[in-house]
Amino acid sequence: MRPRKLGPRMIRIDNVVKTFGAKRAVDGISFSVERGEVVGFLGPNGSGKSTTMRMITGYYAPSDGRISVGGHDVVESPLAAKRLIGYLPENAAAYADMTVHGFLAFAAALRGLAGEAKKRAIARVVERCFLSSVLHQSIDTLSKGYRHRTCLAQALIHDPEVLVLDEPTDGLDPNQKHEVRNLIRELGKSKAVVFSTHILEEVDAACTRAIIIDRGRVVAQGTPDELGRPLDEVFRRITSTDTFFGGPDTPAGGARS
Amino acid sequence: MRSAWVIAKRELGSYFTSPIAYIFLVIFLLLTGFFTFTAGQFFERGEAALGAFFGWHPWLYLVLVPAAGMRLWAEERRAGTLELLMTMPVTAWQAIAGKFLASWIFLAIALALTFPVALTVNILGSPDNGMILAGYLGSLLLAGAYLAITCLTSAMTRNQVVAFILSVVACLFLILAGFSPVTDLMARWASPALIDTVAAFSAVTHFDGFQKGVIDLRDLAFFLSVIGFALFATNVVLRDR
Repeated sequence: MRPRKLGPRMIRIDNVVKTFGAKRAVDGISFSVERGEVVGFLGPNGSGKSTTMRMITGYYAPSDGRISVGGHDVVESPLAAKRLIGYLPENAAAYADMTVHGFLAFAAALRGLAGEAKKRAIARVVERCFLSSVLHQSIDTLSKGYRHRTCLAQALIHDPEVLVLDEPTDGLDPNQKHEVRNLIRELGKSKAVVFSTHILEEVDAACTRAIIIDRGRVVAQGTPDELGRPLDEVFRRITSTDTFFGGPDTPAGGARS
Repeated sequence: MRSAWVIAKRELGSYFTSPIAYIFLVIFLLLTGFFTFTAGQFFERGEAALGAFFGWHPWLYLVLVPAAGMRLWAEERRAGTLELLMTMPVTAWQAIAGKFLASWIFLAIALALTFPVALTVNILGSPDNGMILAGYLGSLLLAGAYLAITCLTSAMTRNQVVAFILSVVACLFLILAGFSPVTDLMARWASPALIDTVAAFSAVTHFDGFQKGVIDLRDLAFFLSVIGFALFATNVVLRDR
């Protein structure tokens, strides 16, 4: 449908900083993601993963540096950038009082879809995320797995070129995790996908490349093979050694696998 | 504009899918009835006018409008859906306008359901219906001003109770600035010019004109600028996240 151009990098992050008061949550991160890539964003809790994703999606404005999505600067032309992005926020927030269908119709309408196109888009994501059995159920009655998939469906409704998924497999059972990883890999063939996780098997299962961040900085990136094996040992080694701030840290350093 | 309307429709829908709308409407109508006919001594007045009805609105809205609007942004913050909404391709203005409009339409529905009061005076006497219409317009603007203030307080917190209390206090100021017991108290030490300045900030002063059937441009401008200012401040609060 859309021309498959292999042009500018879909997501480009250039030396981005985000400070909250005195705290530097993100401290000079740079990376880019091309179409056809699935980038796993790894790091201990509180390392700046969600903050970075919120800046890509335009929820937070970067304190310094530049972010562009599909060539559109997220600060200067936020609407053009947001149109290209599908976003699954952390904890899969959704309007609890709406039905799954109502929620997806709302998301589709905000994405500018109407009439037949809207119907087709809803049918597509309902099938893709296995939601047909709960379509007319209200969201607050759903199990966590279904809630998650409802929010994921919302992110896919406009068939976006860029997908930003914050812990897409969090709180799912093993079968659901498996399904979601397959879905991510599938979507990654034609889109630029970034997803965050602290589950290291997911890097092998779904990613073409991984970026490890710690305390707001990129500490390693590459394909799972380039990063070295076993992966969890690599992860623990680089995220626990406190090379940037010099403070003492426990060997596990908050790394969770 | 289309996006604002999409948001407004969702918001209106969520009033009516929860019990909030029905509880609110019943309480609103019961209280307007009580204040008009019992506390307002509607029949004893022997006038074919709605002074007994509109006169209570600044006080009635003081509690009811913040109750109807407190969830607008606080709930989005609490549930995390604010992040979803703000990463959609909509501007903050579209979201603010949509939500404000939805609540205002809801309050307009509540106000419209008081039509039996207007019918009653028409059956019992021959009132000036232009005056009644002006009263309704003023009442709707008054509700809009309170609502815009509630939008602002709601955007500041994730706690609906905090939003409610803050907006009640802010709206109370809008009433008391022109409330005669307060202005009388001020008259002991303040110059008349100062009292007039303070009273000019009062919603009651500006609402009075409408009750008398006078649609004054200055009163219109007052309510519209309170709404505009509060919504502008809401935008500032939401942008700073």
